[in-house]
Amino acid sequence: MTGLLKLTWVEIKIFLREPLGVIGSVVVPLFVFFAVSGASAPAPASEQLRQPGIDPAFAPALSAMMLALGAVTSLVAIVSIYREGGILKRLRATPLQPLTILSSHVIVKLLFTFVTVILMVLAGKRFFPPTIKVAAWSFVAALMLTTFCILAIGFLIASVVPTARFAQPLATLILYPMLALSGLFFPIDLLPVQVQSVARVLPLAAAVSFLRGAWTGDPWTAHRGDLVVLAVTLGVCTALSAKVFRWE
Amino acid sequence: MAAYSTAACGYRSEVVTTSVVRVSGIRKTYGATVALEDVSFEVERGEIFGLIGPNGAGKTTTLECVEGLRKPDRGTIAVLDLDPFRDRRTLQNRIGVQLQEAQLQKRIKVWEAVDLWASLYRAQVHGGQLLERLGLAEKRQAWFMTLSGGQKQRLFIALALISDPELVFLDELTTGLDPQARRAIWDLVRGIKDRGKTVVLTTHLMEEAERLCDRVAIVERGRVVDVGSPDALVRRHCPEQGVVLKTEDLRAEGCLRSLPHVTEVKRDGQRFTILGRGDLVTDVIHCVSEHRIQVTEFRTVLPNLEDVFLKLTGHSIRD
Repeated sequence: MTGLLKLTWVEIKIFLREPLGVIGSVVVPLFVFFAVSGASAPAPASEQLRQPGIDPAFAPALSAMMLALGAVTSLVAIVSIYREGGILKRLRATPLQPLTILSSHVIVKLLFTFVTVILMVLAGKRFFPPTIKVAAWSFVAALMLTTFCILAIGFLIASVVPTARFAQPLATLILYPMLALSGLFFPIDLLPVQVQSVARVLPLAAAVSFLRGAWTGDPWTAHRGDLVVLAVTLGVCTALSAKVFRWE
Repeated sequence: MAAYSTAACGYRSEVVTTSVVRVSGIRKTYGATVALEDVSFEVERGEIFGLIGPNGAGKTTTLECVEGLRKPDRGTIAVLDLDPFRDRRTLQNRIGVQLQEAQLQKRIKVWEAVDLWASLYRAQVHGGQLLERLGLAEKRQAWFMTLSGGQKQRLFIALALISDPELVFLDELTTGLDPQARRAIWDLVRGIKDRGKTVVLTTHLMEEAERLCDRVAIVERGRVVDVGSPDALVRRHCPEQGVVLKTEDLRAEGCLRSLPHVTEVKRDGQRFTILGRGDLVTDVIHCVSEHRIQVTEFRTVLPNLEDVFLKLTGHSIRD
């Protein structure tokens, strides 16, 4: 336990020492949130209702997905860099449990996701006085759960990626087309029928649907299907990574 | 060249000690590649033991099997009477490990690494004093990526020693270091031994093995070719010695030829090359001093581990 805490604390400090990482995982999602909110919300915010047709949950869902996917790609990059540099191997030649070494990275990713989404919610309250009541805490919790589940995809990608150079491009190549089909930008119903059935079971589609619902105040029970998909993603990816994960 | 089995030629020190590492008949393959054919050796408590051989001979694979990082396909390993694979956690608390070409997080500070490692082990030595001893005290706040090669290796030695282990494994510790940094590291390794610990190291530098190791195992193509102290291996496989001297004294040749251990005397003007074995050097010194022969040049040509390696494997270790 001491090992996990110490390792996590060190990894947090190391993460903060790399400016690009902080910009990518904290600043960019915040920026996207404000830019998209600003574009889609009638500014300055007033009593005026939102124009029909503009989804009030689009900006938060998009930023949340950016945040979660940012965490996943960053995890893939870190794991593959640590493997290539022999850092994973060196850590394994200690009394640390292998699971502890990987858990520390999950905790760091979740922590920065949490910080960013809190900043997002607080700033949102400050700059965009809500015309619609937002279930902010439900949304925060939903994002944390979603991120936790799809980080497992990151471990799976990190297990198969050959070298650190390919890590980030490969993660992007897998995740962003999935995001395109997730129903975030256009409804899944508008996709060709064959693609629809695939899109509906994609973990990111479930993530988007869940986050949107959470923002607009849906009870979580209304998203049982999404939660099942996310849980299955977590289970399957973790089990597969446990089989194929390489330490060196 | 026939392979010498460890059992047949195994060198034993006169002092009865307990072995802390026992490796017997391990084999390791990666797909079609055979990394280790058949490796056996024992390491005694308190010695510096070296696995020596060219790159790709199987030294690192052997060491990583002993450290519990790899599982051999066959054979048995006991380290401090533990199974390195089954009792990995217990063992990790009693050994210190430095891995070949390892890295740390680029932006981890020296003291953070030491502090983190210290928190992972039950026993630990004082991190500050350890860094002091290893000459890293001034680098406490430095990021790993800013350290020189020698400093990185010293930090890895610190991490290997932080748990005050009984047994320390050092894999290609001085590869890539300049001669000065290398000598400094050698002193540190001797210091580890002086504090009563056992050291197992790998090296492809014969000079390093000769200067540091009490005993070495010569590894070649996944086999242990022979085990012994560097001196014993040289005596066993390359007993030939040579003395080169220069003198104007005409009596010299006859006197030298009559010496018991001399097998050959070559003459090139005033320069003599005397070949022989055993106490050749002493004999020659006696001969020139007894007959008061004026010598203007005198040097010995002694075989070393490099020659042993060449003799045993038929090729130079640098190939």
